[in-house]
Amino acid sequence: MADKRNDDYEVRRSRLAELSEEELKKRFFSLAEEIVQPLITLSKNSTTPSVERSVLLRMGFSSLEARDIVNHVLDLGLMGKGAGNIVLKTSERLGEDYLTVGRRMAEGNHLDVVVSIFKGDRS
Amino acid sequence: MKLVKNEKLNVEEILKDLENYSPKRRGWHWREHEKDLKIGQFTYKEMSKGLTQSESLPSAKYFGGIDPQPKAVITTEIASGRFEDDIRRMRMAAWHGADHIMVIRTAGQSHYDGLIEGTPQGIGGIPITRKQVRAQRKALDLIEEEVGREINFHSYVSGVAGPEIAVMFAEEGVNGAHQDPQYNVLYRNINMVRSFVDAGYAKRVMALAEMAQIDGAHNANATAREAFRVLPELMVQHALNSVFSVMAGMEKENICLSTVPPTAPPAPSMTLDLPYAVALREFFDEYRIRAQQNTKYMESDTREATVTHVLNLLISELTGADIQSTITPDEGRNVPWNYNNIAAVSTAKQAFQGMDGLMEMIELKKEGFLRDKVREIKERAVLFLEEIIEVGGYFKAVENGFFVDSGYYPERNGDGIARKMDGGLAADTVFEKDEDYFAPVSGFFGYNNVPLEFENPSDAIKGDTLEVREKIVYIDELDPEDNVEKRLEETRKYFTRECIKPEVEWAGDGVILQTMMLPVDEMTAEAAAVEIGKKMGLLDVEVVHKEVLQEAEGTLVEIKGRLAFSLDAKDLVIPKKPEVLSDDEIREEIEKYPMKIVAGTVGSDEHSVGLREIIDIKHGGIEKYGVESIYLGTSVPVEKLVDAAIESHADAILASTIISHDNIHYKNLKKLCDTATEKGVRDKLIILGGGTQIISELAVDAGLDMGFGRGTKGSHVATFLVKKRREKREENR
Repeated sequence: MADKRNDDYEVRRSRLAELSEEELKKRFFSLAEEIVQPLITLSKNSTTPSVERSVLLRMGFSSLEARDIVNHVLDLGLMGKGAGNIVLKTSERLGEDYLTVGRRMAEGNHLDVVVSIFKGDRS
Repeated sequence: MKLVKNEKLNVEEILKDLENYSPKRRGWHWREHEKDLKIGQFTYKEMSKGLTQSESLPSAKYFGGIDPQPKAVITTEIASGRFEDDIRRMRMAAWHGADHIMVIRTAGQSHYDGLIEGTPQGIGGIPITRKQVRAQRKALDLIEEEVGREINFHSYVSGVAGPEIAVMFAEEGVNGAHQDPQYNVLYRNINMVRSFVDAGYAKRVMALAEMAQIDGAHNANATAREAFRVLPELMVQHALNSVFSVMAGMEKENICLSTVPPTAPPAPSMTLDLPYAVALREFFDEYRIRAQQNTKYMESDTREATVTHVLNLLISELTGADIQSTITPDEGRNVPWNYNNIAAVSTAKQAFQGMDGLMEMIELKKEGFLRDKVREIKERAVLFLEEIIEVGGYFKAVENGFFVDSGYYPERNGDGIARKMDGGLAADTVFEKDEDYFAPVSGFFGYNNVPLEFENPSDAIKGDTLEVREKIVYIDELDPEDNVEKRLEETRKYFTRECIKPEVEWAGDGVILQTMMLPVDEMTAEAAAVEIGKKMGLLDVEVVHKEVLQEAEGTLVEIKGRLAFSLDAKDLVIPKKPEVLSDDEIREEIEKYPMKIVAGTVGSDEHSVGLREIIDIKHGGIEKYGVESIYLGTSVPVEKLVDAAIESHADAILASTIISHDNIHYKNLKKLCDTATEKGVRDKLIILGGGTQIISELAVDAGLDMGFGRGTKGSHVATFLVKKRREKREENR
């Protein structure tokens, strides 16, 4: 937990005192960028159930279908592949329209096909 | 569908065929500032393009009805819990000059993992669903055409479903949203890793839709023990969200910093608030400022809240605000009532109109107290950022309780909000993308392994919903009981003109406010006020505000309560609105055909104030139009009035009478008319009677041309005189 500390601004500010207004502003934003950069990298390289549902929404699924599809993807441990990707690849394998296949997946169908494509432990 | 100003907006029309509705446009709209804008007799420096239809301030009637529109976007927050009722409030607010309608979400939606569908009722806001958003956007599309200015529709992209909500908003033409992962972390206890990962995706979608973003930094103000001590942290929070947003692809001009003057009187608020506002504007000059009113110190006194609002508006004027948010003056006592949205919007408009051009006359000092304070706040903020890096970055800083500490940084009181990196709602829901991760949508944020055969990732699905609108799946309702149709079965009648019931929140809620001064102490007054409310027939009586005027001598109390009845418009006797000619038209007529009147109070009546107000130029009486008035004084015999009119060749006699016992007023007026008839001049003269007890029908029965009662203005009398004389001219032709 956070500790208490007296106001030692006068001591700490000594290194800032000589900076011009412009230099101070530059320092402010370069520090902010330094803090934010790892957060951006983390975000770019990660996904979440909400991100995946948002992809499925944009593909033309309803919010209810998106929820169910992502729940199946979570159960299968395949979030790292992308839920939209999984629906697409499965529909390619089945040779059918991705919206039709995705709707069936929402109801729990074709999960074996998903596993065979992405885990390779079935033919 | 088109709105007509004297017809009610038909909510059922709005709800019709919603599944096929497409919003008119996307993206945020800034007002168009016009320098040296001529409006009426004035030239304004800081106003923007006007509206085609609007409601101006009450005093605008003295200035030709002008309604200058400030250059800042003006926000109103709407939060009733029923979207169908909020639509009416939006239209009223737009007519008063709001062009940013912020819809508050129902309590708890930020913890809802996914989209809510349908139209369930909310608490303190509405559940944000596709249907509710689409219906309100459809209504606003009509309202913006009606008033002649784009209206920005706004809600929240926070909580655990940020990316999905952002997509739905982009699809439905929502123009702005709050998005700030720090808000999730600090105030909603949503896992911090999840919040920041989601934020990247949500912000990119908002950028695609050219939405404006408002951050959440101002909440530290409201949460901290002493708001003016968190100033360095506020700068830090603004910086982290703004820089993150830029890196996620947002344009700086759509990134708005939500700032609230940290304090309020009786604190010397200007000396604390202004340096902060200046520091913020100087650091963030490339970004936009959304200024909001201080709510931390808001109590139930609407007058006090309004004064704080005006002081805050002065800060906005001194330092520039791109969006001026308004808080209803009653927010300290209840969920905002509809007419208080209008009050708040009008406060902002009025203050900006009055302060127009201020900065051309004054400037902020370039040295001394203000500059020293500005520099200090900036340095403290820089030191804060340095220490975040020292402890190992943002997540570590949050774990160490850096934020919302009540100490004036670098001082620490050890009472900040600390969160664990692996704690909070939705912890362990972040997944690293595999190398073969693919999302087949355009403009996607972050790593995306797009197969080589596709130029654009959405080629894999032949376009996504932001490219091919038909792909959007619209869900109407999920709950057969909790939906708008069910609610309308109860409230439908109150959406018409025919069934009248007071309303502050929902159609037919019946709520009214009563103000009373009770000459007793506070506790007695409170008990008495509730009893009075009950005896007046009100239900659910509650005291909403009280103010001690003096401990023993009196207490001001405001109560609210509900009326149990409604009225039918067809049972009402509605007097016709008096027709008033414009000042210019009356003046022109009098210039062309000079007019002379004789006037006095009749009988034994010494009450001359009313008559003087109708005549005197300094009270806005008929003399201001150039009418020559011969005032004979008080208690004038009717013969004398008629003789004076004959001698001076007057056009009219104005007789005033207050005393009304035994109908003496009408008797005297009748005698006046009879005398004129006897002397053979009744046809030549216009004879008018006035007084607080005069009813026009009875005056006409007594033989007068017209009678004027309580509330009459010089313009009403002048209008009648001009029109009556025109009639007489026509007859004599």
